[in-house]
Amino acid sequence: MIEFKNVSKHFGRIQVLHDIDLRIASGEVVVIIGPSGSGKSTLLRCINKLEEITAGELIVDGLNVNDPKVDERLIRQEAGMVFQQFHLFPQLTALENVAFGPIRVRGASKAEAHALARELLAKVGLAERADHYPAELSGGQQQRVAIARALAVKPKLMLFDEPTSALDPELRHEVLTVMKALAEEGMTMVIVTHEVDFARKVASRLIFIDQGRIAEDGDPRALIAHPPSPRLREFLQHVS
Amino acid sequence: MQFQWSAIWAALPELLDGAKLTLWISILGLMGGAVIGVVAGFARAYGGFLSSRVALVFIELFRGTPIMVQVMFIYFALPLMIPVRIDPFGAAVATIMLNSGAYIGEITRGAVLSINKGFREAGLALGLSRRDTLKYVIAPLAFRRMLPALGNQWIVSIKDTSLFIVIGVAELTRQGQEIIAGNFRAMEIWTAVAVIYLVITLVLSYALRVLEARMKIL
Repeated sequence: MIEFKNVSKHFGRIQVLHDIDLRIASGEVVVIIGPSGSGKSTLLRCINKLEEITAGELIVDGLNVNDPKVDERLIRQEAGMVFQQFHLFPQLTALENVAFGPIRVRGASKAEAHALARELLAKVGLAERADHYPAELSGGQQQRVAIARALAVKPKLMLFDEPTSALDPELRHEVLTVMKALAEEGMTMVIVTHEVDFARKVASRLIFIDQGRIAEDGDPRALIAHPPSPRLREFLQHVS
Repeated sequence: MQFQWSAIWAALPELLDGAKLTLWISILGLMGGAVIGVVAGFARAYGGFLSSRVALVFIELFRGTPIMVQVMFIYFALPLMIPVRIDPFGAAVATIMLNSGAYIGEITRGAVLSINKGFREAGLALGLSRRDTLKYVIAPLAFRRMLPALGNQWIVSIKDTSLFIVIGVAELTRQGQEIIAGNFRAMEIWTAVAVIYLVITLVLSYALRVLEARMKIL
């Protein structure tokens, strides 16, 4: 589904990703952890070309991401993204936010899109909030609407960029519950997060990134219970 | 000197004709100015090297010279340089278009750049083209932020039409001046002219306030 071959990424003269080799198969739930500035968000944003890689090759759903002939819209339609700060469209209601993608991207009729949006809002537990504007929703509710908005385009995989980092502890739970349900349905997910507990319970694979390199890659339970490197051990102590 | 209401009533039909022309110049000029300004503003914010430079030169040129000089240039100088015949009304409308376009360009640029880049990324990440992201995501948010400054510019431009007295277009101020040349009732006529301008701008202010209340700044 996603294949990084020797991928590097520079911002100007600073190299933030070094020779990343990574294959993610369909149905995997991959959690990426790492210190701030380690490049984990950048890695995620390369997958849907919000950042462009500067060396190597990146294939997403059979499409070569750095090939200028490939329309990046096709990649983005297959890779839904959820942001740390939600970024719901503030002038639209929850329902209209979720219906936005189907209408503007998939060419659905308003009636079809609204029916789908109601279904997805019910799925994330917000059916009765459909006509509220983002400003009238809690952070946790906004993030759940944002997940529904991304799902509405019917992507094959979902990218989460620190989806709970802007939320109070008691609101994180509701977002993580929705993500867990999604994982159980078999959605391919790549999640950048500090939620180690979530990684242990839900992820099929844990990747630890340090200074732009993949430092560890393996079974989440094993890596968290017995961190093989002092760097990971130290990191886990700080976040839990 | 006594204030003679009768002088105003007598002059009112001509003054209202002038007011009508003032409104036409303003409406046509500002509609064109809005189009020019939005294009210039987007070119400055998102355009490539060439389009953003062209927009910058246009903005600096029309923001940096007096509107009175602009209208006299268009009306008197331009026909000497290129073979065009331009009537006073056309020159007036063109001047408002270009002048307000320059200011609206900067208003647009400021509003567009003030939109959190996260909204743009959210649109792109859904699979929208850059153009559709501008149209459906950035523009609706930017328009709300533009409204107060846009209202300000509209009022300024309406008042600026009074300067077109210099090219003899029969707008409100010119009408007032011509009436006074005949009846010498400066006090009454200038009062009436001022009140008519005030009514126009107050109605616009009120309409903008209603619009702003409906379109909250987000």
